[in-house]
Amino acid sequence: MTDITPQEGHDQGHGSAPAKLGYSPVADIPHKPRLTDTDPKAARRAERQVATMFLLSMLLIVLFVVAYVTIDPSSTVYIPVFGDVGASNFALGLTMGGAVFLIGAGAIQWAKKLMPDVEVVQQRHDMQSPRRATAEAAANYERGKEESGFARFTLIRRTLIGALVLFPIPLVVVLRDLWTASPAEAGKSPADLLSETLWTKGSRIVSDGTYLPVKPADLPVGGLVSAVPADLQEVEEAEGNLNARTKAAIILVRMDPEEIRSQQGEGWDYQGILAYSKICTHVGCPIALYEQRTHHLLCPCHQSTFDLADSGNVVFGPAARRMPQLQIGVDEEGYLVAMNDFQEPVGPSFWERG
Amino acid sequence: MTTTSPVEKAGGATATYVDQRIGSNKFLSRNLGKVFPDHWSFMLGEIALYSFIVVLLTGVFLTLWFKPSMAEVVYDGSYVPLKGITMSQAYQSTLDISFDVRGGLLLRQMHHWGALIFIAAMAVHMFRVFFTGAFRKPREFNWLIGVVLTTLGLLAGFSGYSLPDDLLSGTGLQIARGIVQAIPVVGTWAAFLLFDGEFPGTEFISRLYGVHILLIPGLILALVTVHLMLVWTQKHTQFPGPGRTNDNVVGYPLLPIYMAKAGGFFFVVFGIIALVGGLVTINPIWIFGPFTPDQVSAGSQPDWYIGFLDGALRIMPNWETVIFGWTISWNIFIPALIMPGVLFTALGLYPFIEAWVTGDKREHNILDRPRNAPVRTGLGMMAISFYVMLWIGGANDIIATAFDLSINSITLFLRAAIFIVPPIVFIVTRRTCLGLQRRDREKLLHGYESGRILRLPHGEFIEVHQPLSQKDLAVITSKVDHEPLPAPDKADADGVRNKKYRSQSLRHKLSVFFYGANVPKPSAAEIEAGQHHAAHSAEIEAPLHDYEDADEFRRAHGGVLHHPGMAETNIEQQAEEHSGH
Repeated sequence: MTDITPQEGHDQGHGSAPAKLGYSPVADIPHKPRLTDTDPKAARRAERQVATMFLLSMLLIVLFVVAYVTIDPSSTVYIPVFGDVGASNFALGLTMGGAVFLIGAGAIQWAKKLMPDVEVVQQRHDMQSPRRATAEAAANYERGKEESGFARFTLIRRTLIGALVLFPIPLVVVLRDLWTASPAEAGKSPADLLSETLWTKGSRIVSDGTYLPVKPADLPVGGLVSAVPADLQEVEEAEGNLNARTKAAIILVRMDPEEIRSQQGEGWDYQGILAYSKICTHVGCPIALYEQRTHHLLCPCHQSTFDLADSGNVVFGPAARRMPQLQIGVDEEGYLVAMNDFQEPVGPSFWERG
Repeated sequence: MTTTSPVEKAGGATATYVDQRIGSNKFLSRNLGKVFPDHWSFMLGEIALYSFIVVLLTGVFLTLWFKPSMAEVVYDGSYVPLKGITMSQAYQSTLDISFDVRGGLLLRQMHHWGALIFIAAMAVHMFRVFFTGAFRKPREFNWLIGVVLTTLGLLAGFSGYSLPDDLLSGTGLQIARGIVQAIPVVGTWAAFLLFDGEFPGTEFISRLYGVHILLIPGLILALVTVHLMLVWTQKHTQFPGPGRTNDNVVGYPLLPIYMAKAGGFFFVVFGIIALVGGLVTINPIWIFGPFTPDQVSAGSQPDWYIGFLDGALRIMPNWETVIFGWTISWNIFIPALIMPGVLFTALGLYPFIEAWVTGDKREHNILDRPRNAPVRTGLGMMAISFYVMLWIGGANDIIATAFDLSINSITLFLRAAIFIVPPIVFIVTRRTCLGLQRRDREKLLHGYESGRILRLPHGEFIEVHQPLSQKDLAVITSKVDHEPLPAPDKADADGVRNKKYRSQSLRHKLSVFFYGANVPKPSAAEIEAGQHHAAHSAEIEAPLHDYEDADEFRRAHGGVLHHPGMAETNIEQQAEEHSGH
């Protein structure tokens, strides 16, 4: 008995009849006693099992702390089945997981073996409120309506509704500045920005990664090079983001000029070297899976396939638009350059694209 | 009376102190003995709850080290292959958590595994609730909350997956941006507002961070609380069984059994997630490298729960239309926005649709066995098969590589299969359910087939049937035979036209479709007789084994051997033999 004696005057039936538990045993259900119910030895064994699990849990917590302090996080260890694993992570996971698991396993074993396993029954009650309560609520509502005059004061009611409808507007309006145009973006709409890239007439094409200009001779027939405009590094430094790269990334492929069936503009290649956007026109994944033999370019994300020997047209998959082609040539030093910006927006479609 | 320890005395005093202020003992008196029914499938929701708690806990720890910033830094941590590489602070701090914070990788992997288990457990829990009809009155609200929770779970997962700013998650965001841009009218602007301009910008990770660690978990926590409060007040449903009715709950009291079992199960789930987090690598972001918008690796796969959306994107034909200079990308808009919207709306509305079709307004506290609602079970399996088709689509490149198949063929196959397979699954499931109903009826009429074959004295072989156990009998007879709604009249007796004829007629037809083919349960008398016969049949076995008693048996049974189902032919046979003599 715990001391929960209530204040005097509230003491009803305390100490006389036992308190009701709110449930009763289910009649009529066959119940087979467990071994732990009939054999005291089995019950003691179960008790020991439970205590052992709790003990082991404590031990594992100690081991966790030991592992945390002693194991160098960068060391690896070979564990059969798992291979080479990080020693610290392995030890910490094993000790913590084991310790926590054993607390649970012990508690469940305790419940299953030593606590009563006889099912009991409790009555449900209707979810619906008694009629009286509903009537009271309705009466209160009527009183409120009458006292406030909500039904009578039409003008008040309508203006209130109007005010409540307008009240969220500021919360929406302030979201406008989620995008504030940078100086470079000033005066341009989203559609304008999506329609232009860094490429202009005479932009030198440099290979991505090394940023070295590319000569036609660097590219063998069948080869593919990922490339960007020469001024990309500078722009990225100035803007501090990767936005320009997302639109300007291109691939250069070289094929036998005889194999080029069509292009997006006459003579847009240079001696069989074709430049296409690297950004898929479906949802914008970068593409570089190129099959030399068929000249097909496959997007690794959703498998849109483009035929680079045939204007970059879609031959399979969910993309609706061809890969935009960049017109290229060489400058006076013999390096590959763009002859213009793309003639259509690169990347995924958008509403204003047309 | 048991003794009271000093600790208990102190506890009692505290209880009184609290009770005098908030009246808590009233709550305790009602609830410490609250009875919960027991079934393994009721643990699925528990797994979801507990894994969510683990994810919350580990998430709080991760916030201590993670820096949600896209500012560029040069890596100088202890993971050698990336030393000197420029990357975002988000990626750098995730590497630090993985390599330089002791226990950091464990927390990260527990967080990720926990999230995967959370969503999987919600999905399977939802299957259980659906197939047993637990969503029926009075629990429709909790079903709706569950559907919203599942949606929030997907968003929580995707937003978290995208935070480390590694190559794989960045590609995921690039795709998400493409999807936002495909929303008609407002898509372009929405994308610019979300990302502060063009992709990837410098703001998105920090914006997503607030959504991931505050907004979504806050909503989930609030809804989970309401979900549990409703389970508590409405009391849990129970499977049919002896002593169980629509008006009671049979099970174990909260204290001590549920406290120990459910509380213990929390530690079990926690422990397993920690073990998996320690032993099995997940999302090794250091292998993918930092995000850059012009690189991607082949075989990129999202987490499992996004797979169906990715698959839908993959198998969609490349439809796009331009009307008056405006572009509508059906190839993205349909699979990535309309399809999931329709799917989740249908899921949310299902309880109300079924209630309208059946006209059922009763409270249901006893669960349906899936076979007893063949159309519902069929629809559920149909939806799952649809989802699985999309999921296969999401792995079409992996399947193509693993089985050396053409990726184009897989995609073309799925474009057709998504429409053909689900209806087939529906028909097969419904038929299977009806078959199982027939078997149940047989069991009630004749007992169950014991598998023991007897040879009777006159040479006939019979299989001994045995009466059903009390539990089986209670479970099988729990089936309720519903009548379809009656066909409406075009006009009433006075010739006044029935204005609601069309909707009533549709409702009638759907209701016939829903209930019409059900195999009726035998009457109480038939069941009684059937079980009696089965008991009788079981009785005759023993004496025949012991041949010496055979004469006595024949005397007792008048030489007639009854076998339920064959009884009549048997008797006729006997009669013929008698007349022949």
